[in-house]
Amino acid sequence: MALDTGGADATRRWIEAAHPTHPSLIDQAHVTDERFGFVNVPNAVWIDEQGVIVRPAHAAHVRQSARRDMEVPEGLGRIGEMLTEVKKIRTDVDLYLEAIRDWAANGSASRFALSPDEVIARSDPRPPAHAEAAACFELGQGLWRDGEHDAAVGWFRRAHELYPENWTYKRQAWTFATTAPGEPSDLIQGPNDDYEGNWLDDVRAVGAEHYYEPFEP
Amino acid sequence: MILSELIVDGDEFAARTGWAIKPEGACSGDICVPLPAEATVAGGRLDVVVLAERLAMPLVQDQVHERWALGPATVSGRALSSAEAPELTLPDLDGNPFSLSSLDGQKVLLVAWASW
Repeated sequence: MALDTGGADATRRWIEAAHPTHPSLIDQAHVTDERFGFVNVPNAVWIDEQGVIVRPAHAAHVRQSARRDMEVPEGLGRIGEMLTEVKKIRTDVDLYLEAIRDWAANGSASRFALSPDEVIARSDPRPPAHAEAAACFELGQGLWRDGEHDAAVGWFRRAHELYPENWTYKRQAWTFATTAPGEPSDLIQGPNDDYEGNWLDDVRAVGAEHYYEPFEP
Repeated sequence: MILSELIVDGDEFAARTGWAIKPEGACSGDICVPLPAEATVAGGRLDVVVLAERLAMPLVQDQVHERWALGPATVSGRALSSAEAPELTLPDLDGNPFSLSSLDGQKVLLVAWASW
């Protein structure tokens, strides 16, 4: 499921290249941010045969990026600095794959399947500021889709202030600010005139090792 | 959810927020929040201000563009107020709607990714 304000236009090339054999949906309004508590990508939830969530939103890495192991060449400038931070990001692909396979085989008996009370307790806190951030971000998205880009930026900024730990709000908005018209989404998301933050500086501020929460059995 | 007026249809409210309007109140999973009589207005529609207050949902207004956004409920203090997966219908690449509940009876790994 693509979490993408840009909708089909922004996601088509990726979906078509992947040739998915599973349903591949587009969440243009970031509804699943609100409904499941996604705060970054890749994030996932597990849902059992009865429609009950057995794992709340969590970072879901099933493959280790080759960039994690590469030597960062000198002279790459900001991209090199980003790659240096990427190498510090914590993921545990082996544990996550083990967990998925165990749940697939053992269902509710899996040690990775949580009870309903645990699922709720382990879902992210939602203080009023986070809920208000969701409302602000949605106003921003609607205005952006209507071509009211200056007005949208103000609401995106407010969402970032209210919920700075939500990377979906930041990365989505930064991409709008730094992607040239007609080009694929800019993944550098560098300094720009619309927002105080940018990917590299914000990741450094929190520490790249905190960019994703570790997967807790 | 984005609103152009502070009155909403119950089905629309449920589809966007996950809170269904039932005789016992606004319900999500096994949680029901009683609603006062003034929550229902003419034509059986719902007063958004009352809903927002009862469900602890922020209501944010863009005055220039005359629209509101209603944020998610905070009654449980967590992102999930119930472990029951919310009903959700999203389009595929061709715009065809797909409902999460159509996968009932199967395990579902719902993964969020993005182009950004």
